[in-house]
Amino acid sequence: MSIFAFAAQTIRIAVPYLFAAAGGTLAERSGIISLTLEGFMLTGAFCAALGSYYGGNSWVGVACGMGGGLVFGLLHGVVTIRYRADQVVSGVAINLLAIGVTRFFLHLAFGSSSNSPRVPGFSTVVRGEGMLAGMLPDPLIALGLFAVPAVAWAIYRTPFGLRVRAVGEFPQAAESVGVHVARVRYVAVALSGVLAALGGTYLALDQHQFTDNMSAGRGYIALAAMIFGNWDPVRGGLACLLFAAAETLQIQLQGTQAIPSQFVQMIPYVLTIVALAGMVGKSTPPAALGKSD
Amino acid sequence: MNAERGSGVGTGDSADAHGQSPSPSAVVSMYGIEKRFGAVQANRGASLEVAAGEIHALVGENGAGKSTLMHILSGLLAPDAGTVRVDGTTVTGWSTSDAIRAGVGMVHQHFMLVPTLTIADNVVLGREPRRGMAMDVARAQRDVTEVATRYGFSIDARRRVGDLSVGEAQRVEILKALFRGAQILILDEPTAVLSPPEVQELWRVLRALRDGGGTIILITHKLDEVIEISDRITVMRHGQTVARMDTPTATPADIARAMVGRDVLLTVGHPSSGAGRVHGPEASVRSAAPRLTVVDLEVAGAHHERRVHGVSFTVAGGEIVGIAGVEGNGQTELVEAIAGLRAARAGRILLGGRDITTLPVRDRASLGLAHVPEDRHRRGLVLDYSVADNLILGRQHAFVSHLGLDRARIAQNARARIEQFDIRPTDPSLPARALSGGNQQKIVVAREMGGEFTVLLAAQPTRGVDVGAIEFIHAQLRASRDAGKAILLVSAELSEVLALADRVGVMSGGRLVALLSRDAATMDVLGLWMTGAAPPAAGAA
Repeated sequence: MSIFAFAAQTIRIAVPYLFAAAGGTLAERSGIISLTLEGFMLTGAFCAALGSYYGGNSWVGVACGMGGGLVFGLLHGVVTIRYRADQVVSGVAINLLAIGVTRFFLHLAFGSSSNSPRVPGFSTVVRGEGMLAGMLPDPLIALGLFAVPAVAWAIYRTPFGLRVRAVGEFPQAAESVGVHVARVRYVAVALSGVLAALGGTYLALDQHQFTDNMSAGRGYIALAAMIFGNWDPVRGGLACLLFAAAETLQIQLQGTQAIPSQFVQMIPYVLTIVALAGMVGKSTPPAALGKSD
Repeated sequence: MNAERGSGVGTGDSADAHGQSPSPSAVVSMYGIEKRFGAVQANRGASLEVAAGEIHALVGENGAGKSTLMHILSGLLAPDAGTVRVDGTTVTGWSTSDAIRAGVGMVHQHFMLVPTLTIADNVVLGREPRRGMAMDVARAQRDVTEVATRYGFSIDARRRVGDLSVGEAQRVEILKALFRGAQILILDEPTAVLSPPEVQELWRVLRALRDGGGTIILITHKLDEVIEISDRITVMRHGQTVARMDTPTATPADIARAMVGRDVLLTVGHPSSGAGRVHGPEASVRSAAPRLTVVDLEVAGAHHERRVHGVSFTVAGGEIVGIAGVEGNGQTELVEAIAGLRAARAGRILLGGRDITTLPVRDRASLGLAHVPEDRHRRGLVLDYSVADNLILGRQHAFVSHLGLDRARIAQNARARIEQFDIRPTDPSLPARALSGGNQQKIVVAREMGGEFTVLLAAQPTRGVDVGAIEFIHAQLRASRDAGKAILLVSAELSEVLALADRVGVMSGGRLVALLSRDAATMDVLGLWMTGAAPPAAGAA
């Protein structure tokens, strides 16, 4: 396998992580825990498949995916900001809700409990040597790579980003100078829903179908990447690429007989644990993260 | 002691503040302000009148309603009744944004600054300069530097607030208000966290602001500050305005009487007066052998960084050794290491000749070590437990019968302590939460000093308690000293250390940089040691 093919495969795997980690960073910097990335992603994947199928156009799928993420993001916002529910409890509930709701509507819309029919997508899949160039026509890949610097710019270079950082660190201070803490958090958590849902949208459109629980823990890996990146969008993005590279390596090594496949399959998870353990003591979450007041 | 009011409002030495009509020069006038929080009536018909261009001290004991009144003025709270006028316009019940727009800025007791952001970011937050969709960071830094220079602050706007000293952070808070065009600046207990030279720097800044036409309202309960800096004084007690005075004609005794509602023995807050204080306990009581010995103690902080460096000292029976210093210079870790709450990394701690360095807290206590912790809510009390239960915390082993806790003896102990230490209200079944700060502190003091002990660690023993309780606790400490106990007193209040201690140590950067006899320990010398600068002629005792 050439280095280009390896890079191309890594990027394809990384795209959902990049979207979700970028969104998670935005929400967590405002003080809202992003355990919900998994649920946002799954919702996004289902809504995208639904939209793409009935709209007959992958852009309709993208719009629907974003819409689904927005609704779930706002739901998490209302529960944790308006009603001050525990953010971890709300996060777990949203993820369970996403599994149930997508499964229910999958059955309702397509009469299947496992997967949707084939839906229109973007990628004109080219495997092998030409793969890196073959990815270019997929706008979601470009958007995923763009999401990281865009969120970094928003957080560090805009008035909104300054308010997000202030609200996530010391909401009382922000409030004392007239910043609307709740409003900033609603916007941040809604955007995180949209971004993570775009990650799910990519999954569904790339595979031209929705399968039950297709996010398969990717939201949690994105969350780990975000923490590994110490809540910095760029470093979080690099962590996403690292995790994706480990997964690519695992897929490649499965073909060889040298190492038992069980050990090979462990690689991404072992790497995640090692990476996070190495960061213990050095990572500093936003001070007001998870606090309702 | 017959505390409480009833001894005559204003006690005749000042103009009665009630029912005055607004004078034309007043920029702030507040009348008949009522504010209730649940069962607590924080303001009951309070009034305040502040003239343009003056430094106005708003004084009173803890819980007198000063902060509530100022939160109403700055828009954080809306009053239940009453009228607020600023610049002649009625503004009752306005919002913080309205107040900021009208030029009223508040510097809170606990800084409202985001430590991870730069000075410039903190100052412009909420009114960021823009360039297109982005924030104009360069302009923010330029604007902030410009305002800072205009008011004589020298700051680097790009520094992170978390890296600043407390004094610098406070200047950023003031700058924040000035940047928003504040003409009326409210400061809530601004000197509580400052070293003496920083206090002088703050006074310089406030005087400059006043001379530039600004109006300043200073909330404080320290009488020496009131006399030093203010032009006029308003005194509050029990939510009411009880006196208004012109500073040049007011004496500390007048102010204290108005604050407490009775005569107060004034050693607190007035070390310079030195009146009526007896230093150097009688040689007969003072034992030669040290009761507490600390040798080359090293203590690590929460992140394994060294917080206490090679500290050595002794405390003999019948003496109070005071440790002064700006908070955060290792005092907390020192006391916690001696009390057994934090492991010593090196060095030894001896209690009456016995090495207790590795003993658990309970064993230290049974050997005669008592500890009044600096944070009564975190270490001293379980707020939801009753007063009676709090009075036996850590000593519950002495109150058991065959079946469990011996309720009768616990109740008997509670009645005795409540009477002896004047804890109010006197009901032992009330949760500690229901008591005022001063009475909560008396519970801790009663528990620790009411039993048998030979060595007492008193950390910030009068923090956040009212003048009456301070007086009482100080008397208890002196009585124990005179009864031959060894007391280590750690306090951020220099005046408290000077009022009580027989020898005075100073901690700076984790080291005990000085240990002076009381006579050598003057405010100026200690102030210099506290800032880390070695004073010109330092004589160690």
